[in-house]
Amino acid sequence: MSQTLTETPPRPGNIASVAAPALPATEERKGLTKKEVAADHPTWCPGCGDFSVLALYFKLIEKRKMWHEKITTIAGIGCSSRFPYFVQAHGAHYIHGRALPFASGISLSRPDLHVFVFGGDGDAFSIGGNHFTHTARKNIKMTYCVMDNWVYGLTKKQTSPTSPLGFKSKTDQWGAIDYPINPMKQAISAGATFVARTTSTNPNHVLQMMEAAMDHDGFSFIECLSECVEFYEGAFDASNPRKGGVFNEIPKTHDVTDELAAYKLAGEPFPGSFGIFYKVSKPTKNAKEAEINKSYMEKVKGMKDWQILQKNFDRMK
Amino acid sequence: MSDTIAEAPPSGGAPKISKINEAVIRIAGNSQDGIQAIGGFLARLAGRSEQEVMTFMTIPSTISGGPSIFQVRIGSGEVLSSGDEADVLLAFYQHSYEDHIGSLKKGGIVLYDSDHVEPKEEWKKDYHHLGIPISGLTVEAIGGTAKDKGKNIFALGLIAKMFDLDLPKLEKLIGERFTGKDPSILNNALAAFHAGHANPLGNVLETFKFVASQKKDGHQVVMNGNEALGYGLIAAGVRFGAGYPITPWSDIMELLRRELPKYGGSFIQTEDEIAAISMAIGGSYAGRVAVTGSSGPGISLKTEALGWAVMAEMPLVIVDVQRGGPSTGMPTNIEQSDLNIAVNGGHGDAPRVVIAPANVEDCFYMAIEAVNIARKYSVPVIILTDQGIATRIEAFTEPNLEKVCQDISPNFTPVADHKPYDLSAADGITTHLAPGTRIQSGKYPIVTGLEHDELGHPTGSPKLHMQMTAKRRKKLQALGASLPIPKVYGPPEGNILLVGWGSTEGPIKEAVDRARAAGDSVSSVHIRHVNPLPNGLENIFSGFNHVLVVEMNDEGLYGFGQLGALLRARYCDAKIHGVNKTDGLTWKVKDILERAKSNVSAGLRKI
Repeated sequence: MSQTLTETPPRPGNIASVAAPALPATEERKGLTKKEVAADHPTWCPGCGDFSVLALYFKLIEKRKMWHEKITTIAGIGCSSRFPYFVQAHGAHYIHGRALPFASGISLSRPDLHVFVFGGDGDAFSIGGNHFTHTARKNIKMTYCVMDNWVYGLTKKQTSPTSPLGFKSKTDQWGAIDYPINPMKQAISAGATFVARTTSTNPNHVLQMMEAAMDHDGFSFIECLSECVEFYEGAFDASNPRKGGVFNEIPKTHDVTDELAAYKLAGEPFPGSFGIFYKVSKPTKNAKEAEINKSYMEKVKGMKDWQILQKNFDRMK
Repeated sequence: MSDTIAEAPPSGGAPKISKINEAVIRIAGNSQDGIQAIGGFLARLAGRSEQEVMTFMTIPSTISGGPSIFQVRIGSGEVLSSGDEADVLLAFYQHSYEDHIGSLKKGGIVLYDSDHVEPKEEWKKDYHHLGIPISGLTVEAIGGTAKDKGKNIFALGLIAKMFDLDLPKLEKLIGERFTGKDPSILNNALAAFHAGHANPLGNVLETFKFVASQKKDGHQVVMNGNEALGYGLIAAGVRFGAGYPITPWSDIMELLRRELPKYGGSFIQTEDEIAAISMAIGGSYAGRVAVTGSSGPGISLKTEALGWAVMAEMPLVIVDVQRGGPSTGMPTNIEQSDLNIAVNGGHGDAPRVVIAPANVEDCFYMAIEAVNIARKYSVPVIILTDQGIATRIEAFTEPNLEKVCQDISPNFTPVADHKPYDLSAADGITTHLAPGTRIQSGKYPIVTGLEHDELGHPTGSPKLHMQMTAKRRKKLQALGASLPIPKVYGPPEGNILLVGWGSTEGPIKEAVDRARAAGDSVSSVHIRHVNPLPNGLENIFSGFNHVLVVEMNDEGLYGFGQLGALLRARYCDAKIHGVNKTDGLTWKVKDILERAKSNVSAGLRKI
């Protein structure tokens, strides 16, 4: 299915279930430095790909002049999900697999915040698989970065939903027998409106993808290959020129609104291609809910909350 | 109802009009016959006439159709339960007639659709039979196109005639109900109603008139428990929530989905129960207490996330409209068997607040209380209602909405510093700081399910785990100490104290009234705050020889129901015993009394 990329429509207001804090209009604030935005020292193993993703997130915050209080960093459970502790901003470390609905609760009630979710392949595609599908199809505005390492690291080397066939783990000593999930295909078919792939070994590319994802008005998904040096060493060497592999950027000729072309790209054998596979502009759930609210609030214009409720009670007499 | 029915004159003369204080009318048919509508009209009329009213309904858990009943008890005085026995049974079908004649009191009137019901000779001596071809006459009144529709309104006309109900008020109610629709629908409804009302009522020898009610202060509103709870949450300032459909919780989520947009809020239907509670917690984290809810299996699914909210100290309101369990259980029946999961569900030491509204009016006010406790103590609060209270319609004094409605918008004023889990906070009570708030120290909090230090960063320190566990406990102990001691209904000393919780308050109070009228020493106390319990219950218990906990759940392995076991654990009082049942129906007043008496006279089983 091919569709032409239309101009991004003006963003309708969002659900205003919480009024955004008023900001002093005159205030001049500098962007944050890396030092100001770094919190705990990461607990990851030396050499872990996640360090690079964290460093680039800091860079993004710095470059885009985001403020501490406007960022929410949310994660589920897993090595990569420790992320929020390392960022000096509001954040939450939620339960396994459910970071997306938690983040949706923030996104849908606080249009003034940037909502970033970080997690791993187990969180996204195993225990949280259902939420991935539904958050994508509802196009809830947020950025979801999955640091995919093809293995369960926190629990020390069990098969993950993205482990390739034959991968020897503690739960498949003879090699993985279950067909792995293809995150790109999963995201495209679920209806994600921004689908990109990158690798932690190419920092510039990671930052590019993060920026594009952040600017996308909708559910933006990035799969970032991030090597687990402890339990799956060398998994992504074929995508790393420094290890004799190749980093194939998606050709400029690729039409990012062409779902079939994106799906085809997603089917390439490893290392495949990197970049934005798919990107379309569709109204977000945030905008649709806001539309509903607008029309309903129009009907009760000028009334106080208790007066709106009084109308219901008058009908129950 | 007045006892004169049984003593009706044998024959002849104009129908006698008897003054009555109250009446119990049971309407039995199939679920798509609109019998709930008849009951709803009667309940609303009672509300507008400053009378008290309580209803009880059963619905089949089948997808379409199946037998269903709606019982309404209307009284000019206090109405505490939906009534043990009916004065009038309105039966649409043979099965309605046969299955429910037993619920009619001896000498009561069975009004049946003679187009569908073949009365039994042997029952005619015990019950006054009145057969009217309701289906046929409805078609006659509004034409053949209506099929089965409209016969409920025709029957409403019959009841209006029998009880000399206020005609203009009922016509107005019918008008309001069918307003905005095709005018022919309203005309048909009124035609059916008038035809029913004009019916000479065959051989009935007596009609009734309610004595005027003692006027109460202000107006009354009429609604069911789910509506009261939903509107209570709105009054409390809740503007965001998420849920997944399940009976009997769905009504509340439908109401919030429909109503919240007017207030700039939103209620989201999620992909599953876990997403629902997670999204609600996300909403709470974003700054304003949010709500989720469910019934039965859905509550089980939510427990891991509930534990997170306890650990992360996040305010949240969870509504549990209980139904028969375990597993899929009895989806449309009544049971109070979720107290254990509400109080203890989930892994680890996870203290949370559990409250249980006692009636429909209480659903409204306890929703507000739940929100305020959640905010003040940064803790999840579970509101335990049940299928009985959810669908029960009651009339109650209209709340002063201008006064009770509250604004709970978050405060984004920058703060110098913030510790989400400050161990020096009095009674362990800390409050959540919403994202968007600038913290001048530059140190930002993480809320987390891992054991943590005061800023929310993970720790494996045994000392911190002990301190944080105590913090989460202490704040609820402080709440418990602030709760009002429930009032005893009846004298504060005596032989038997009945202890109840949730929707059973009315029948238990009526049991006390009935027992005392018969000279028995029975009082009752109703627990609305289940966890933490208020302090001082031991002083109430000490005034009685027997403390019987009346619950709609199983007596358990050790002979106590769920609240019974909790009270035993807290008070170690051997006087505490259970009166339990698991038939999936509301308590009948006489059953409470008989069970309590036999329990006591048997010297109480030794365990």
